[in-house]
Amino acid sequence: MKLTGAQALIKAIQDEGVDTVFGYPGGQVLPIYDALYDSGLKHILCRHEQGAAHAADGYARATGRPGVCIATSGPGATNLVTGIANAYMDSVPLVAFTGQVPTPLLGRDSFQEADITGITMPITKHNYLVEDPADLTQIVREAFYVATTGRPGPVLVDVPKDISSGETEYHQPGPLCMPGYKPPTSGDAERVDAAVKAIMASERPVIYAGGGVISSNAHQELKRLAEMTVAPVTTTLMGLGGFPGDHPLSLGMLGMHGSRYANYAITDCDLLLAVGVRFDDRVTGKIESFAPNAKVIHIDIDPAELNKNVPVDIAIVGNLKYVLTQMLEQLTTKLPGAWLDKVKKWKKEYPLKYASKEGAIKPQQVIEEIYNVTGGKARITTEVGQHQMWAAQYYTYNNPRSFISSGGLGTMGYGFPAAIGVQVGCPDEVVFDIAGDGSIQMNIQELGTAVQHQLPVNVAIMNNGYLGMVRQWQELFYNRRYSHTEMPNPDFVKLAESYGAEGYRVESASDIRPVLEQAVKSKKPVLMDFVVEQEENVVPMVPPGGAINKMLD
Amino acid sequence: MLHTVAVLVENNPGVLARVAGLFSRRGFNIDSLAVGRTDDPAISRMTIVVEGDHRTLEQVTKQLHKLVDVIKINDITEEAHVERELVMIKVIADRTTKLEIMQIADVFRAKIVDFGPKTLTLEATGTEDKVNALEEALRPYSIKELMRTGKIAMLRGAKYTSLK
Ligand SMILES: Cc1ncc(C[n+]2csc(CCOP(=O)(O)OP(=O)(O)O)c2C)c(N)n1
Ligand SMILES: [Mg+2]
Repeated sequence: MKLTGAQALIKAIQDEGVDTVFGYPGGQVLPIYDALYDSGLKHILCRHEQGAAHAADGYARATGRPGVCIATSGPGATNLVTGIANAYMDSVPLVAFTGQVPTPLLGRDSFQEADITGITMPITKHNYLVEDPADLTQIVREAFYVATTGRPGPVLVDVPKDISSGETEYHQPGPLCMPGYKPPTSGDAERVDAAVKAIMASERPVIYAGGGVISSNAHQELKRLAEMTVAPVTTTLMGLGGFPGDHPLSLGMLGMHGSRYANYAITDCDLLLAVGVRFDDRVTGKIESFAPNAKVIHIDIDPAELNKNVPVDIAIVGNLKYVLTQMLEQLTTKLPGAWLDKVKKWKKEYPLKYASKEGAIKPQQVIEEIYNVTGGKARITTEVGQHQMWAAQYYTYNNPRSFISSGGLGTMGYGFPAAIGVQVGCPDEVVFDIAGDGSIQMNIQELGTAVQHQLPVNVAIMNNGYLGMVRQWQELFYNRRYSHTEMPNPDFVKLAESYGAEGYRVESASDIRPVLEQAVKSKKPVLMDFVVEQEENVVPMVPPGGAINKMLD
Repeated sequence: MLHTVAVLVENNPGVLARVAGLFSRRGFNIDSLAVGRTDDPAISRMTIVVEGDHRTLEQVTKQLHKLVDVIKINDITEEAHVERELVMIKVIADRTTKLEIMQIADVFRAKIVDFGPKTLTLEATGTEDKVNALEEALRPYSIKELMRTGKIAMLRGAKYTSLK
C-alpha cells in the first residue's frame, strides 16, 4: 500500500494505541495536518505550542499512557522546548513530533528552520531526524518504546516536509533492535536479600517515596510493604498520591516545605528506604544532615540516580513494581513499637497549621474547601509558587495520579494546559488547576482551547497580587525589598467571559463553598479569582542549604 | 586521575554531539577523545580519556549508558592494555639543526614525512609519555605546528571490548 510519509506517520501513531494528540499547525506540518484531517485521530488545537506540550504531559501523568504533541518547524518547535524540558525533569512519557524544512534546505538557515534535535538533545531521552519516509514507522515504534519504558521521558521526532509529503510503502515496524537500550526489571537477588534483612533488623524505619512509585504503578506494593514493616511513609512532591495521604502511616510531604514530623522522622530514623526518588536538593537540604543516623537503601530504575547525590548502603537497580514484589515475598510482618508512637506524637504536636483571619480569605482554606467539595476525588494540577506548596500541604491525595505538578523544572504556566490534558484523558472526572495570579497568566490563552473543546476544567486562582513565592524569599532573605514582585492583575472574570468561559470573583470566605459547588456543577470551563491574604507565607520552611529538621514557622 | 574508557556506539548521525554534549553539560572533563568506525561499519568506537575520581567515573559511565546510541562501555584504565597516540610535528630546520633533529627522530623511532627547505615534519606513534617526550625534545627547535590524535587503546590478550 502506497501512502504519503504523513499518512504513514499518523497510522503508525494510531497503531501505538494513541487516540488523542495535542498540537498546532504550520507550514512544515501541512502534510501531517492534511493526513490528520480524516484519520479519526482526535486533535486538540491548543493556543500555544507550550500549551500543547504541557497538555500532552498532563494527559500522560493522569492516564499513564504516553502524551503526544505536534508542532511546526522553527518557532513551533522552539515553543515546545519548555514543555519537553518539564517532561524530562519529571520523567513523563511524551512523544513530540515537529515539522522541519525539507531535507535539501537543512543547515542553510532556511525560513523557520531551527535545529530542534540539537536544541533538545539535553532534554530528551532520545530524538530522531527522519531521513527517509520508509523509516517512519520503525522510528515511531522506537520513539514510543523509549518514551514509555525504563525511566519514562520525552522523545522528539523531527520530520522534514519532503519526508512527510514523500511517498512510501507502509512498512509494519519490525522487531526492535536497540542494543544500547535495556530497561531494567527485577532487582539483583542478593541485594534484595540484604535490603530485606536490613529492614527487618531496623527499629526506626522510614520510607521516602517519590514519583517512581507512580510511574511504575507500584502504589499497592508500597502500601503492603509499609503496613507489613510498620514503616511510616513520607513522599516527595512528585510522590504525592503514591501512598494514601489519609493512611495512619502517612507523614505527608518532606523537604523544604514538608511537614515537621516527616523531616523529624527522616532525621531520627535508623533505616531509610528510598524508592523512586532522586535525593533532590529541595528534599535533602544540607546533605550531611539528611538521615544522618540511617542505613540507606535506594531502589531506582535509573542506575545513574544511585550514589549520585548521596552515597547509599544498598543500591538496587530495578523497576519498583518488580523489586517491591521481590521484597514482599521475603518480608515477615513486624509489630508496631515505640517508633510508631514517637512518630504519632510528632504528628499530634506539630500539625500543619495556619491562622484564620476575620474578614480575609486564607489560600489554605480555599484548598481545604476544594477537597471538601470534591470529596477528595478531584484531579489536581498546579502552577508554581506558594499556591503549589499549599496545594501539596492542604489537600489530601489518596490516589496515584491525582496530584499533577511541575516538580523538577518548576514551570509557571504548567498547571492550566496540564489540566486540559487531564480533562481530555479523564472526561468524567472533576479537574482543578490550583493557580497563582502570576502563573495563570503564563498560559491563560489556553482558555480558548478549553472552551473550543468543551472541557469543564476549573481554575482556582489564589490571587495574592504578588509573585508570592519570590516575595516570600525577598521578605525572608532580602530584607523585605519587594523588587518587581507586585503586579496589577486583569479582571479575571471579564477575561474568562470574553473567552466564553465562566468567571467568578470571591472576596469573602462565606462565598468560597457556593462558588466551588457551582464550578463543579458547571459544564463550562470556570475561572475563579479568590482574593486571598496578600503576604501569607508557606511554612514550615527549611532555609535553602539548611538541615531539614531546622525549620522556620 | 585520568581514566581511559572505551565506548562502542551506534554509528548514527549526532552520536558524537550526544556524547560530547553529555560531558560538557555534566561538568566532566575530557582529556582526549578519538573516534572511528570498527570492523562493523554500523558501530563506531570512541576512546575517551576523562579526568575524575572514582565517583565521577561511576557517574560518567552511568550517564553514558543512558544514551540510547551507546552500546558498551569499558573502563580499561586498570586492565592490561595497549595504547597509542599518533603525533605530527613540524619544526623549523636549517642546515645546522637538520641533522640534530633527524637524530632525535631516530631515537624516538619517529619518521620524517616531509622534508621542506626550512622545515621538517615528523610522525610518531607511541604512548602518551613517549609523545610528550618527543615534544619536549623538539621544543628547542621551534615547533611551528603540532597535532595529536588523542589516545586509542585496546585490551591485551583474550579480553576485548566488542560485541562478539
Ligand atoms: C517560567 C517561570 N518563571 C519564573 C519562575 C520563578 N518563580 C517561582 S514562583 C514565582 C511566583 C509565582 O507567582 P504566582 O503564580 O502568583 O504564585 P504565588 O507564589 O503568588 O502563589 C516565580 C516568579 C518560575 N518558577 N517559572
Ligand atoms: Mg501570586
